[in-house]
Amino acid sequence: MKLFKKWSSIWQSRWLFLLPSMAGVFVFAVLPFGNMLIQSFSGGLINYKTVFTNEAFHLAIKNTFRFVGVGIPLLLLLSFAAALGIYKSKWVRLFKSVYLLPMAVPTAVVVLIWKVLFHREGIGNQMLAFFHIEAVDWMSTDAAFVVLVISYIWKNLGYTIVLWIAGMAAIPDSIIEAARVDGATQGQCVRYMVLPQLKPVFYTITMLSFLNSFKVFREAYLVAGAYPQKSIYLLQHLFNNWFTNLEIEKMSSAAVLLAVFFALCSLSLKNLWEKEDAY
Amino acid sequence: MRLKIFRVLLFLFGMIICLPIIAVVLGSLKSGKELSDALSAIIGATGGSVQWHLLPLYPTGMHFIKLLFYTPEFFTVFWNSMKLVGCILLGQMFVAIPAAFGFSRFSFRGKYALFLSYVILMLMPFCVLMLPSYLVLKGMYLMNTHWSIILPAVFSTFPVFIMYRGFAAIPKELYEAAKIDGAGDWQTFIRIGIPLGSPGILSALVLGFLEYWNMVEQPLAFLEDLSLWPLSLYLPEIDLRRAGMALAASVITLIPAVFVFFMGQDYLESGITASGMKE
Repeated sequence: MKLFKKWSSIWQSRWLFLLPSMAGVFVFAVLPFGNMLIQSFSGGLINYKTVFTNEAFHLAIKNTFRFVGVGIPLLLLLSFAAALGIYKSKWVRLFKSVYLLPMAVPTAVVVLIWKVLFHREGIGNQMLAFFHIEAVDWMSTDAAFVVLVISYIWKNLGYTIVLWIAGMAAIPDSIIEAARVDGATQGQCVRYMVLPQLKPVFYTITMLSFLNSFKVFREAYLVAGAYPQKSIYLLQHLFNNWFTNLEIEKMSSAAVLLAVFFALCSLSLKNLWEKEDAY
Repeated sequence: MRLKIFRVLLFLFGMIICLPIIAVVLGSLKSGKELSDALSAIIGATGGSVQWHLLPLYPTGMHFIKLLFYTPEFFTVFWNSMKLVGCILLGQMFVAIPAAFGFSRFSFRGKYALFLSYVILMLMPFCVLMLPSYLVLKGMYLMNTHWSIILPAVFSTFPVFIMYRGFAAIPKELYEAAKIDGAGDWQTFIRIGIPLGSPGILSALVLGFLEYWNMVEQPLAFLEDLSLWPLSLYLPEIDLRRAGMALAASVITLIPAVFVFFMGQDYLESGITASGMKE
């Protein structure tokens, strides 16, 4: 009877709202991840040692970091400049639509464009020829890296602009106006008023851009397959290939490492959000 | 004045960004002969380079007719995509809406930690969860079925997070008024929570649609039969020798995504902002 009462109180309780979601998350993510965590230590630290000495792992880590190191600063700079230009404009909605549109374009369609644009005899090289630059063999030299960065920026520019604009909209107009009255130029306003105010937003956007940068694998994989040109062999390629070859030990320890890294990233993101609250 | 010039430049840059999309749409209306002539440098060994004109010489709907009426496998693939996206979003509605409401409405011990783990899970890249998901799905004998894609996605924590932001914006006084009038938790959920939290719900739906319509990693890892593949995997398989078909298929893939994009642009923007900032 007591047990029944307990159950019926659970049934009526608020936990029911959360129960389906929690159960699913537990079954499909937490439980198997825990299982993998335990398995990754099955031979002590041996699995981790193999991963750390694995050459493909080194290459993938290096490329991933290189991609992030080049792509994110470029994306942030471009989107910030665009957002500055747009956010007080009458046409802000039109601008946003134009820049966001690539987000709606499925990767599979992007890939088709790539094939025509970045073929040896393709349109990309013709444009270069117009500027008297020598033709590049895009997909089989290091230029593949450039293509990947371009497509990352193409896809994420709008998303990042929207975030910047949201941050800028939160700056009270009165501050800027006061500065203008005191004789500050537009440039000075940006330098001394807008930029410092956007600092917390900047951290958040950087973190989100980093997390989104992992999606670029789709383009890389669909256009160049499981073993692309060396400079765009990313961590996701490595995981995918380990998965295809069922190299479970390597995969589980590498996944645990990556999970720890990402958990730390998201914790710092969470901290940033809470700091923003304090403002 | 300088700002005006900058805005014009930004607009032109935006046009360049949209150009590939326009080229795909217009290209799908080109005749087969025109396409094979234009792409002969890529598909044949005839030499020369790609000659791409934006406007079709003799516009024709041939490729669409061929694709829609004489290519049964395209039909299968298209409906696979529709089915996957539909089931995932429907499932998310049942699981994520109550969960998000629960998180925003109730306080209980461990809520902070629980929500934090949802955020961490939401930000994990697919490679971390690939092996764990695989092990669970295999254990349930779901590999190589559509369920292997649908079930993990239904319990994704991302929509919970976005909807939570929507529910959190509802003023507490409304709930208290409802409580005084004698409404239970479920009644408040259905009468107040869902209608007032609907912007957040729609944001999650729009973002979800664009994400799952474009799914690559999961079907690549969990589906073996080509007949189960979604559009996003099938499309890159079409050889450029059949460029007309590839372009027409691209356009048909684009249509639902672009439709959702334009219908839901406001929700998309608020979803993006919610993913990055606390309002």
